[in-house]
Amino acid sequence: MEQLLKTIFENDLFVYVLMAVVPLMWVLPYALFAVWLERKVSAHMQDRLGPMRTGGWHGWAQTIADILKLIQKEDIVPKAADRKLHFLAPFVVFIGSYAAFAAIPFSSAYIGSNINIGLFYIIAVSSLVVVGILMAGWSSNNKWSLLGAMRSAAQIVSYEIPTALALLSIVMIAGTLDLQEINHMQTGWFWNWYLFKKFPFVFIAFVIYSVASLAETNRTPFDIPEAESELVAGYHTEYSGMKFALFFLAEYANMFAVSAIGATLFLGGWNSPFGNFMSGPLWGVFWFLSKGMFFVFVQMWLRWTLPRLRVDQLMYVSWKVLTPWAFACILGVGFWTML
Amino acid sequence: MPETLTAPLKTSTGRLLRTEEMVINMGPQHPSTHGVLRLELVVEGEIVVDVIPHIGYLHRCFEKHAEHMTNYQQVIPYCDRMDYLASMNMDWGYALAVEKLLGLQVPERVEYIRVIMGELQRIASHLIALGTYGLDVGAFTPFLFCFRDREGILDLFETTCGARLLYNYIWVGGVSHDLPPGFVEKAKAFCKYFRPNIKELNDLLTYNEIFIKRTANIGVLPADVAIAYGCSGPMLRGSGVNFDLRRDDPYSIYDRFNWEVQVGKGEMGTVGDCWDRYMVRVREMEQSLNIIEQALEQIPTEGDVQSAVPKKIRPPVGDVYVRSESPRGEIGFYIISDGSTSPYRVKARSPAFVNLSVLPEISKGYMIADMIAIVGSVDIVLGEVDR
Amino acid sequence: MTPQELSEKLKTKFGKAVIEVKINGVLNPYVKVFPAKLKDVAFFLRDDADLQFDYLMCLSGIDYGKGTLGVVYHLFSMSKRHKITVKVEVPVDKPEVPSVTEVWHSANWHEREAYDLVGIVFTGHPDLRRILCPDDYPGHPLRKDFKVPEFYQGMKVPY
Repeated sequence: MEQLLKTIFENDLFVYVLMAVVPLMWVLPYALFAVWLERKVSAHMQDRLGPMRTGGWHGWAQTIADILKLIQKEDIVPKAADRKLHFLAPFVVFIGSYAAFAAIPFSSAYIGSNINIGLFYIIAVSSLVVVGILMAGWSSNNKWSLLGAMRSAAQIVSYEIPTALALLSIVMIAGTLDLQEINHMQTGWFWNWYLFKKFPFVFIAFVIYSVASLAETNRTPFDIPEAESELVAGYHTEYSGMKFALFFLAEYANMFAVSAIGATLFLGGWNSPFGNFMSGPLWGVFWFLSKGMFFVFVQMWLRWTLPRLRVDQLMYVSWKVLTPWAFACILGVGFWTML
Repeated sequence: MPETLTAPLKTSTGRLLRTEEMVINMGPQHPSTHGVLRLELVVEGEIVVDVIPHIGYLHRCFEKHAEHMTNYQQVIPYCDRMDYLASMNMDWGYALAVEKLLGLQVPERVEYIRVIMGELQRIASHLIALGTYGLDVGAFTPFLFCFRDREGILDLFETTCGARLLYNYIWVGGVSHDLPPGFVEKAKAFCKYFRPNIKELNDLLTYNEIFIKRTANIGVLPADVAIAYGCSGPMLRGSGVNFDLRRDDPYSIYDRFNWEVQVGKGEMGTVGDCWDRYMVRVREMEQSLNIIEQALEQIPTEGDVQSAVPKKIRPPVGDVYVRSESPRGEIGFYIISDGSTSPYRVKARSPAFVNLSVLPEISKGYMIADMIAIVGSVDIVLGEVDR
Repeated sequence: MTPQELSEKLKTKFGKAVIEVKINGVLNPYVKVFPAKLKDVAFFLRDDADLQFDYLMCLSGIDYGKGTLGVVYHLFSMSKRHKITVKVEVPVDKPEVPSVTEVWHSANWHEREAYDLVGIVFTGHPDLRRILCPDDYPGHPLRKDFKVPEFYQGMKVPY
């Protein structure tokens, strides 16, 4: 696609910008939709209806109205805050989440940047989020924010290890870090997906990844950094208006990013589950997004069902449960591939 | 607390690291201090070293109000506003005290109505306690399920006296309105509807592994400490003390019903931990349902609910302390009468006030997140703590 | 144990410390003791094997008017299931009552409340601060001669 666009427009820079902006065209409407969906999912799980008025049909315009409201809001910066860091933090967080989209293959025809270390790049770049969160917590000059930021840093750093290890099992089977390549390897019927290969090791790796990715995105039961009943709102307590919305956007973008990686590596990405039936570049987009959205829905489902862990229990889960099992999976997959 | 958490931090060369305790204010504006409680926490990292509760942000001096009313009946709306989640029980406690002062017998039907209302109110209040407790440990959905069920009770109250929160329903000598037609059927239908929902709550929250991990062995309150600090209600029973004023210091007609006092047994951890206090409330709701169902069967169909309401209340000189079991524990009214038409002194012994005073004792050495769980399990209503 | 036996026991033990015992003709049978002896009486009530008053139900500070303040202790025994009321009276110009926080921990906040609202000073209390009113509030609201100040911190009060 990149080559095609280059020949059409004959201007490399323009093409790069275009390629970079395409995921944004998805992320923004998706975030609006996901916030609405979150409200609806939570509402229906809780025996109520959720927003019903704004926009007419099931309150579809509610989040749009909210965004308009947030844009108009005054941007309050605490007097004692470190203004530069306070300003920069939401952008760093959003960039961290958004940069991951560059290497996510939306379809067989489209990937932002088809680099051969795509998976490695995504894991690396999404760590940038921690920096942003720490910046936000520190610069707010609020003890609750600081506590939230500290928790968050500890949590995200710890959970990156089981995440990476779980993904490593797939890399060992595929023998490549190129996400487009990994997709191509899963073409065909759904039993070709990596999820069903080398049973049960990959399946365990998938469970580990799902749990760890919840923690990476700070979602319940791992929403300890922003535990609203403990820390008010954690690192974004002192943010308002559009900067707050940016944190929100980053959270939802992140949710989709981890879901997309899960879908790509374990569920065949843009491949149709039914062999050649309904496959092709455009159907690919459809399958990819539906798989991703399914994971997003599961994340919401868990959020509205489970209570929250405590910070030491969170560390326990990461270091004493997920990490050893992830290692076991790597060993298992490794021996199996050698045989 | 494990040794490793309290040991001083050292660098690799063995030099002591300089650490500092941090003082943070939890409240008065905080999502889970259940109102305007302010806790001054001294924390070492995430570990709570000391807790100093500060109350009084909602202080209206109920006792001064009571002295300045022109008669005894006028105090009742102020009782409503003490524990606004269990107004019926507050009114009832006050009415009992004044009735004892007057030596008044209330009619049979009124007693039954009061028991039904008091127990419905207990369920409503426990539902809030359990729901918000779920919220405190991060589970949002049980909270709304509880509110959905509480709605049914509020509707019953509304059909009876027109109010949904502050009823002014139980008067000295009677109640303000008779039961509306069809109330008994509606209440029976509610009991039938509500019983399975307790199981639903148990499945969703009570026996959830994460919830148990968060609450078992946290905030353990031994029985002797609970008694020394004057704890009452689910707080005392959670510590394994088999004591309920409805049975052990009987008032009204509770001796006519067949029900059991629930105590904490330490099923998931130690006796007297947060989970026990939580579970006592869940089981008490079932017992309250039993009482309500029996009362609905036995209630006399005829009778003037206001026949014993005195035209003018002028009790003899004297003082009386009467206690009854509110959802939060022992609500006691100490009333001194000087023979005039208004009380000389009213002292309300509010259960949450006393239960809260044990907080510093049971929360040291736990983490901030546990602190929230402990405060939630005490189930305070600031309107009653501050009066 | 009936209030009758109880008061007999107290009288034999403390003699002159007990000022007055009212059992008949009142709703709440009570024992009135000298403030100076209160703590001994309290320890005895809690620790005696026959009495075991381990539960302080309520502690109320009262302004009786005519220059007397009083404290009323309502006690209950969890094991014996009996009750007693203990009263002390002190003059308003020297309102000092020994604290019973050591005896019953629940007295801690009750005594702070009585200090805050009625102005009784509990000697030996570990942390006698105001509890419900602000720290700088003038006067004690439940005194019968209390007048609501016109201004508090520069704010007009009856607004």
